[in-house]
Amino acid sequence: MASSSSYNSPCAACKFLRRKCMPGCIFAPYFPPEEPQKFANVHKIFGASNVTKLLNELLPHQREDAVNSLAYEAEARVRDPVYGCVGAISFLQRQVHRLQKELEAANADLIRYACNEVPTSLPAPPGASSIQSMVPRQRPVEYNRRMGNEGGYYQVPGMPMPYNLPWNDNPSGDTNGGGGGNM
Amino acid sequence: MKESGRKHGALSPCAACKLLRRRCAEDCVFAPYFPPDEPHKFASVHKVFGASNVNKMLQELPEHQRRDAVSSMVYEANARVRDPVYGCVGAISSLQQQIHSLQTQLAAAQAEVVHMRMRQFSSSSNAGGAMDMAVDQANMGESLWSC
Repeated sequence: MASSSSYNSPCAACKFLRRKCMPGCIFAPYFPPEEPQKFANVHKIFGASNVTKLLNELLPHQREDAVNSLAYEAEARVRDPVYGCVGAISFLQRQVHRLQKELEAANADLIRYACNEVPTSLPAPPGASSIQSMVPRQRPVEYNRRMGNEGGYYQVPGMPMPYNLPWNDNPSGDTNGGGGGNM
Repeated sequence: MKESGRKHGALSPCAACKLLRRRCAEDCVFAPYFPPDEPHKFASVHKVFGASNVNKMLQELPEHQRRDAVSSMVYEANARVRDPVYGCVGAISSLQQQIHSLQTQLAAAQAEVVHMRMRQFSSSSNAGGAMDMAVDQANMGESLWSC
């Protein structure tokens, strides 16, 4: 993404901060002037100097993804000041848990059908275990443990998935063209 | 609540004020949520969000919501420290992929269940018919031979 300062138009960050957008402005590639809300949210939640420090600690090719994830988190926090995007994580974890239960039930049905087709005098066929291995049990992502379980599960009543990840959807106006892709 | 920042003695500053090297006032907004024995908690929140932003965010919330807000901020901050590029958005993406995979597996398993159910149903309803066919064939054979 070309620096907006090359077009003499300050980037959204410098416009917001009311300062001259210099060539090499660290924000310019990621906060184009036509997306003022993106920087406004990021500034409100994280602050310009924290974002600058974070971006300076990253390699240039990582910065676009970092900015997009910060923008996503900031927007989530603006919409939900109590839980931010952790609310979405909690909702998704419950969905994973529900799907795992349903899968276990379906697997149990399959095993029952497989066993019913075999007379009881014969040993259990290899098919029973192969059915079970066909649909292996998925472990939930153990982010609670990895993240030190600081947050735990949050009670977010029946929240649908409100946020679309910018790099999982069709590119829109405020998403990057070369997004992070699969993680 | 405010006493939690004082449990080690009336003069013990909370973790936030310790890090910020300032006097911990009686009505310190951080004190209930950042006890002095958990310095890492405020350290990551300060690094990612900044103390003044956290202060502003907490001030905008009613008191009964602040504990959950702090917990979620700590979670996000820790995620961002561990993964400076994606933070906890990486977790969201991973969970979405996991859900998609589970939905695919579930659809396949449920389709197989339906298939097995139909097979069992048709084999139990045709069990008599198959015997009749075998007897008919035997009778036909006899009549053929006799011809």
